[in-house]
Amino acid sequence: MFQGLSEKLQETFKRLKGKGKLKEADVSEAMREVRVALLEADVNFKVVKDFVAKVKERSIGQEVLESLSPAQHVIKIVHEEMIELMGGATGKILIASKPPTVIMLIGLQGAGKTTHAAKLANMLKKQGKHPLLVACDIYRPAAIKQLQVLGDQLKVPVFSMGQDNPRDIAKASIVHANQNGQDVVIIDTAGRLHINEELMGELRDIKSSVKPHEILLVVDAMTGQDAVNVAESFHSDLGLDGVILTKLDGDTRGGAALSIKAVTGCTIKFVGIGEKMDAIESFHPDRMASRILGMGDVLTLIEKA
Amino acid sequence: MAGFFSKLKEGLTKTRQNFVEKVEEVFTGRKKIDEELYEELEEVLIRSDVGVNTSFELVERLRKEVKQRKLSDPNELTAVLQELIAELLGEESSLTFAKQGPTIILVVGVNGVGKTTTIGKLANWLKRDGKRVIMAAGDTFRAAAIDQLEVWGERSGVEVIKQREGADPAAVAYDAVQAAKSRNVDVVIVDTAGRLHNKVNLMEELRKVKRVMDREIPGAPHEVLLVLDATTGQNALQQAKLFQEVAGVTGIVLTKLDGTAKGGVVLGIQGETHIPVKWIGIGEGMEDLRPFVPEDFASALFGTSQKV
Ligand SMILES: Nc1nc2c(ncn2[C@@H]2O[C@H](COP(=O)(O)OP(=O)(O)OP(=O)(O)O)[C@@H](O)[C@H]2O)c(=O)[nH]1
Ligand SMILES: Nc1nc2c(ncn2[C@@H]2O[C@H](COP(=O)(O)OP(=O)(O)OP(=O)(O)O)[C@@H](O)[C@H]2O)c(=O)[nH]1
Ligand SMILES: [Mg+2]
Ligand SMILES: [Mg+2]
Repeated sequence: MFQGLSEKLQETFKRLKGKGKLKEADVSEAMREVRVALLEADVNFKVVKDFVAKVKERSIGQEVLESLSPAQHVIKIVHEEMIELMGGATGKILIASKPPTVIMLIGLQGAGKTTHAAKLANMLKKQGKHPLLVACDIYRPAAIKQLQVLGDQLKVPVFSMGQDNPRDIAKASIVHANQNGQDVVIIDTAGRLHINEELMGELRDIKSSVKPHEILLVVDAMTGQDAVNVAESFHSDLGLDGVILTKLDGDTRGGAALSIKAVTGCTIKFVGIGEKMDAIESFHPDRMASRILGMGDVLTLIEKA
Repeated sequence: MAGFFSKLKEGLTKTRQNFVEKVEEVFTGRKKIDEELYEELEEVLIRSDVGVNTSFELVERLRKEVKQRKLSDPNELTAVLQELIAELLGEESSLTFAKQGPTIILVVGVNGVGKTTTIGKLANWLKRDGKRVIMAAGDTFRAAAIDQLEVWGERSGVEVIKQREGADPAAVAYDAVQAAKSRNVDVVIVDTAGRLHNKVNLMEELRKVKRVMDREIPGAPHEVLLVLDATTGQNALQQAKLFQEVAGVTGIVLTKLDGTAKGGVVLGIQGETHIPVKWIGIGEGMEDLRPFVPEDFASALFGTSQKV
């Protein structure tokens, strides 16, 4: 499909002789292919619409670079716009001036919250911090145990209070952290649907009781068109500080990355690339753009131009 | 706070309303069937994760039907399109049981889609149906995966066969099949660790689990259920293809349909692999499992059904 895109674009532009300026008709034709590629990569329908319109506007009338074919030139513009859109500050947890720094992970069921709570603890521990993991998922069978097993592996303490109210657990964990010299508190919450009013209320309660410095939405990179609904709801309800995109070790194009950034403006801070505790990285907009377009090789060529 | 709540609720219902209204507009707000109508239909399909190609094909088929049946009223189109979709999804398909002896069901899928939860629900369903069921904790990798299955076992009063964390999944499968043979069990449902289909070693491990089962009971497993998360986009196609290739998938379970995602990608999967969807998951509780009904699913894609 995606090797397809560059081939199709080459094809589209084959009829175009010479260089000169990119004309509207040619660009329109190219944009049809770009649109399909983005949709197949799970970029949201509306985001694709806006994005393609923007790229089109920018492309028309541009002088084609000497070293590129018109097709390559259009791809170059698409790629640049994508990086621009997904860019911004990345890969950092802002450490609060007065400890503990409180981080709260939220998201749909099975997205990777518990795993990434532990990965973050591991990462911060390696940076010399003293993290505390907090078990606020009181619903999922063995959720607390899962966090405890991971905490044991990492030698990071886990705070839990059984099936108590998550707000109370969160609150007590801060006291505990202060008493025990833990300077980062990472709160794992239960997976929930963005349309579950009661459980969204629970998150708001936790938020207001512990005032987290970072509320991070954990999103499965394989998410389809619904990613924008999910991200929008969580954002309007909780006010997100960033996103963790998980399971990028798969072969999904990960168009959700583009959609979520476009719709919420929240930066993607980290990506998860495996089940192991060190499988977490900072987000790189350029890599993500290449991945969504599925044309690593073509793009390397273009970037050199 | 109250104002905030109601505002949010309003916001959400608006989203849903917009969607349903938009779909209805496509059909009802018009006097004739025109290009724009087809385009909007295609949009609705794509937004339900049906995928560009399958959406295009469906709309093409719809055009043909309109011609053949000489339709001119836009109001008639929803029903026709739903028919086409249901047709593509095939007949309702239920579990295959062994002709004699225990039936072995292997459950596979990528990480976090709902395998273990589905097994808990399915065990409960089958037990209610009068079957003697056991579950096997074949996920020896993920933290507390065994404990998770045990909680489900307690909930439904179904025994769990297990080894310690880190044990060979094939050894657990062996134990499970042995237990089934010696204890006069009707159905064994075997959990597996989540694995991405592009990880060769992990997929190879599945082959081994299957081989062990087949050696102990020729023909086992009798069902290999692939669990797909309805929130997943086009990557689900890849999942279906590769799991089919490696594990010989016999049925799909589509989970998390209680969210706002529509799971439309199963249409494309149907077209390419012909693996029937057998069950849907509509929540985290023990009762939240339903047999898959193609017609209901088709109408839910257009937001007109209350059933899903
Ligand atoms: N391959 C891969 N698997 C991951 C990644 N992150 C998490 N997982 C796996 O995804 C599954 C779900 O992860 P969890 O951390 O339990 O997800 P969760 O969001 O806490 O789930 P709930 O608490 O049930 O909502 C597990 O099998 C994890 O090992 C990742 O980056 N790559
Ligand atoms: N809303 C909703 N949540 C579900 C459904 N099915 C499963 N879940 C939730 O999804 C999360 C993951 O479910 P699991 O059963 O642990 O998934 P899994 O495939 O076994 O995960 P791994 O073993 O880690 O790969 C849990 O929080 C479940 O409660 C469903 O139909 N609807
Ligand atoms: Mg969790
Ligand atoms: Mg599991």
